[in-house]
Amino acid sequence: MQTNGHEHVIEVTDLRRVYGGGFEAVRGIDFSVRRGEVFALLGTNGAGKTSTVELLEGLAAPAGGRVRVLGHDPYTERAAVRPRTGVMLQEGGFPSELTVAETARMWAGCVSGARPPAEVLALVGLEAKAGTRVKQLSGGQRRRLDLALALLGDPEVLFLDEPSTGLDAEGRRDTWELVSGLRDAGTTVLLTTHYLEEAENLADRLAIMHEGRIAATGTPAEVTAAQPSRISFELPDGYFVGDLPPLAELGVSDHEADGRTVKLRTRELQRAATGLLVWAAEARVELRRLDVRSASLEEAFLSIAKEVSARAGGPTTEKEYAA
Amino acid sequence: MSATDAPARAKGPARAAATTPASRMTALARAEMTLLGRNKGTVFAALFIPFVMPFSVRAGAEEMDLGKAGLTVGTLVLPAAVGFSLLFAVYSALVGVFVVRREELVLKRLRTGELRDVEILGGSALPAVLSGLVQSLLLAAGCMALLDLSAPSAPHLAVLGLLLGLVMCAALAAVTASFTRTGESAQVTPLPFTFVSMFGSGLFIPLDLLPDRLASVCELLPLTPVITLVRGGWTGALSAGEALGAVATAVAWTAVAVFAVRRRFRWEPRH
Repeated sequence: MQTNGHEHVIEVTDLRRVYGGGFEAVRGIDFSVRRGEVFALLGTNGAGKTSTVELLEGLAAPAGGRVRVLGHDPYTERAAVRPRTGVMLQEGGFPSELTVAETARMWAGCVSGARPPAEVLALVGLEAKAGTRVKQLSGGQRRRLDLALALLGDPEVLFLDEPSTGLDAEGRRDTWELVSGLRDAGTTVLLTTHYLEEAENLADRLAIMHEGRIAATGTPAEVTAAQPSRISFELPDGYFVGDLPPLAELGVSDHEADGRTVKLRTRELQRAATGLLVWAAEARVELRRLDVRSASLEEAFLSIAKEVSARAGGPTTEKEYAA
Repeated sequence: MSATDAPARAKGPARAAATTPASRMTALARAEMTLLGRNKGTVFAALFIPFVMPFSVRAGAEEMDLGKAGLTVGTLVLPAAVGFSLLFAVYSALVGVFVVRREELVLKRLRTGELRDVEILGGSALPAVLSGLVQSLLLAAGCMALLDLSAPSAPHLAVLGLLLGLVMCAALAAVTASFTRTGESAQVTPLPFTFVSMFGSGLFIPLDLLPDRLASVCELLPLTPVITLVRGGWTGALSAGEALGAVATAVAWTAVAVFAVRRRFRWEPRH
């Protein structure tokens, strides 16, 4: 299938997943991943990331909608899809009493065209642990073992469910390098994460999930660009919000005040910041705790979470003041 | 170009070939065999009990009128020994294997790969099934050496009974595992079937010595046809119709178990 000259290896249309108790974890999502792309599903715990990935991995049948991986239904056409995919589950999946080498050998016996187990263990830096029982590994070492096994068959499509959870900073960097290397070699990667930094570093495109839906999607730059930049500071003593210069003229789209702290949102950060600082200089006041930051993925992430729960009538922590 | 066309992927000379169902199950069974050897509790229950229980059957046999049932001590103890092996080394051991692998998320992990569901259960069950087979053969040899038992007069029935028993007990273990939540409860949930079989399928008391009505109910229990076939294999006293009935009962129970597993088996822990 071709779109703009790119082959879509994962296609998801109006996908739904409902659990036994009636809980709808995935509520009609659409996205597609092109060959060779790293695509991140980003979201808080409970957003529906793992529920979605399990449908892509073919572990469960969707309640509605359609999934295609490499042109096949991963649930009903397991035999066509599995030899070409690699999966790293969110946790566990290894008998605790086997050693690392025994686990890798077992898995290698179940993977077509498997690389030598020692080779992938070296790839994730576990070669020294070959003789160690799985139960004696640290959480991070288990994640790396899981990653090694997902790579055993040189998969065309790799599913990584929270690949760096439980890793220390160095382990996380190593994993990122490994994933970047795989992308350079042409592997398509779909990963989930709740680390914004991870998505920003690795993903060519991403989707932010919230409460079973996709709230925003695009390249990290696109998703970020949709968000305003922020300025926050403490009002000087004796000043009120009304004493500030007219905010709309500075390009400020909205503002909040919480006690003495004022937060401004703007899509013209330089103009708004300049106006504010010129005003402060002329008024000879100090803006304490001044914080000026351009839009980030984190901003996008938080504002999506807030917007959606506000729409659902959820509580908001910030008090709104009329200008 | 369709999305189904794989790009040419360089596979070095060190790469393994494509897997087959047999190669996948062998890899899994090999790992499971290693695990079996490392689980002292299972090793004890599976390997020790079937060699000890026959002695209690033998002690009880001395108070029974075996001649009335056309049996000897040997033809009572040997089928019972095979029954204990099936119940402890295969059935109870496998309930534990299936439940613990599910709780460790091993079954879920295996399902992300090329293994089909039946290969996952079959490969995991293989070491226990093999241990039941070897044990039964050793017990048969032991009974023939120690209990003055002659060679079987219809060995094909005994072999058929044993093979049916091995497959059925593996399938029933998967059924029991379906409603067993934890490794601890897997110590308990196999007990009902184990006890019912010990007392109702002719392990301690031959059905011929039970009241007729009770005996005809007990004939329908899953393990009864297995014991009947193994015993009939030695005594040669089983008519073709009786043998066929026993095979049909065992096959029917296995089919019911397989159907239940396909419908009800849980591959992941409950949330």
